[in-house]
Amino acid sequence: MLALQGDVREHLAAFDQAGAEALPVRTADEILSVHALALPGGESSTLSRLIRIFGLEAPLRHRLAGGMPTFSTCAGTILLSRAILDGTVDQLALGALDLRTRRNGYGRQVDSFECDLDVPVLGSASFRAIFIRAPVIEGCGPGVEMLAAHEGRPVAVRQGRHLSFTFHPEMTGDLRLHRLFLDGVGELLESDAPLPAEGSVA
Amino acid sequence: MGLLTTRTKAGDQMSADRTHDQAPDGEHRGGLRVKRGLAEMLKGGVIMDVVTPEQAKVAEEAGAVAVMALERVPADIRREGGVARMSDVSLIKGIMAVVTIPVMAKARIGHLVEAQVLEALGVDYVDESEVLTPADEENHIDKWAFTVPFVCGARDLGEALRRIGEGAAMVRTKGEAGTGNVVEAVRHMRAVLGGVRRLQALRHDELMAEAKRLGAPYELVVEVAETGKLPVVNFSAGGIATPADAALMMQLGADGNFVGSGIFKSDDPLGYAKAIVAATTYFDKPDVIADVSAGLGKAMRGLDVASLPKEELLATRGW
Repeated sequence: MLALQGDVREHLAAFDQAGAEALPVRTADEILSVHALALPGGESSTLSRLIRIFGLEAPLRHRLAGGMPTFSTCAGTILLSRAILDGTVDQLALGALDLRTRRNGYGRQVDSFECDLDVPVLGSASFRAIFIRAPVIEGCGPGVEMLAAHEGRPVAVRQGRHLSFTFHPEMTGDLRLHRLFLDGVGELLESDAPLPAEGSVA
Repeated sequence: MGLLTTRTKAGDQMSADRTHDQAPDGEHRGGLRVKRGLAEMLKGGVIMDVVTPEQAKVAEEAGAVAVMALERVPADIRREGGVARMSDVSLIKGIMAVVTIPVMAKARIGHLVEAQVLEALGVDYVDESEVLTPADEENHIDKWAFTVPFVCGARDLGEALRRIGEGAAMVRTKGEAGTGNVVEAVRHMRAVLGGVRRLQALRHDELMAEAKRLGAPYELVVEVAETGKLPVVNFSAGGIATPADAALMMQLGADGNFVGSGIFKSDDPLGYAKAIVAATTYFDKPDVIADVSAGLGKAMRGLDVASLPKEELLATRGW
């Protein structure tokens, strides 16, 4: 769990309840040692700055290039996007997700909302989604699978080993999306496929 | 008390709001989770007082998670005196126009119309603040009536729970704003979190008497005793002036820091802002705090709170 700023505690609790061993990571060595990384909600401009000044950009890029699975919500999804609209100057876009994402795409806090979403990959029961100053995904590359949409725009996507949301599954107590991610990571760890690379940055 | 019960249970936020209708897919604005949720996203961050759009840009560049739009920082309010009111509307708009991070603004305690105006402007959080001159010495704003979330100051657990009972979606210590002296923020943080720890040690049949003693809503006292934490995010505020102050408040259990006069009254605002952001994230790593504190120049000049005349204390405004 990238623990620089944001709703880290909620994610740790959700992964813990879903049966994973989740721990906060704030240093390059810690980023290089985990099997998978979750990126929380928070302020993406703040996270971007902290990642840069504390030298975490290179280890993050290294792990992402090595196929490390990620689970990201809101600000985390912005950070992993290929292109960010309405970001701050030089805002970090790690590019693991082939997404074009607009910060605060719904407006200000008074426009924040919650609603029921259909997420077919989870079955027929709807998912209560909480959107807080949420970004809007305005464009997706061909490798991006849409898992759920709101008003015709993707709000939950999967691309390879990455599961990303513009809302906050960690805030509802509904663990189905966290479990979906952990099942994927579990299969990866058990399979003969090369493990997501651990080790030092070249 | 019945109303308060339904409004304070986290799962019941649907019934919690008077003014907001639901769409067929249950779409709903201004609910408890959305209001408290924004504060959750700010955790581990620094919220900075700014008085101009230029300062707001500096704060954003330094990594602030939000800014508080003000006409005067508390240190100047303290020095100049007079009635301190909600900031000029064009100033708030000017600040909202230049940053992408959330913008907060202050309303006077009990001044529900200032809060309505701030909501109409679209600010992201309203601070019902003792730093401004109170408009009502008896009642605080009924914060359930708003879509915009509120943060309120508190000196101890009872005061924090009274504000949450009125609908505050976030609390902060009052500290003693504009002094550059962390002593009151420390006192209030220890009082709030010590109060939480004490509740956990009580038997269930002792909680009503404790609620009476605290002057706090019984349902919230029970909730805190059971969960061992406040139902909303709790920042520190009121006197944080250095990176070490910021880290101290985090080690004492703050979820994040408000920094007022400490940044733009220092010799090097951008340097101080960046260093306080870093010290808030790496609050338990003294080597990092030492690193970012080097060469910063003078912090704001501090005041001895004990030497202030009683009528100049801000923390005693509100109850």
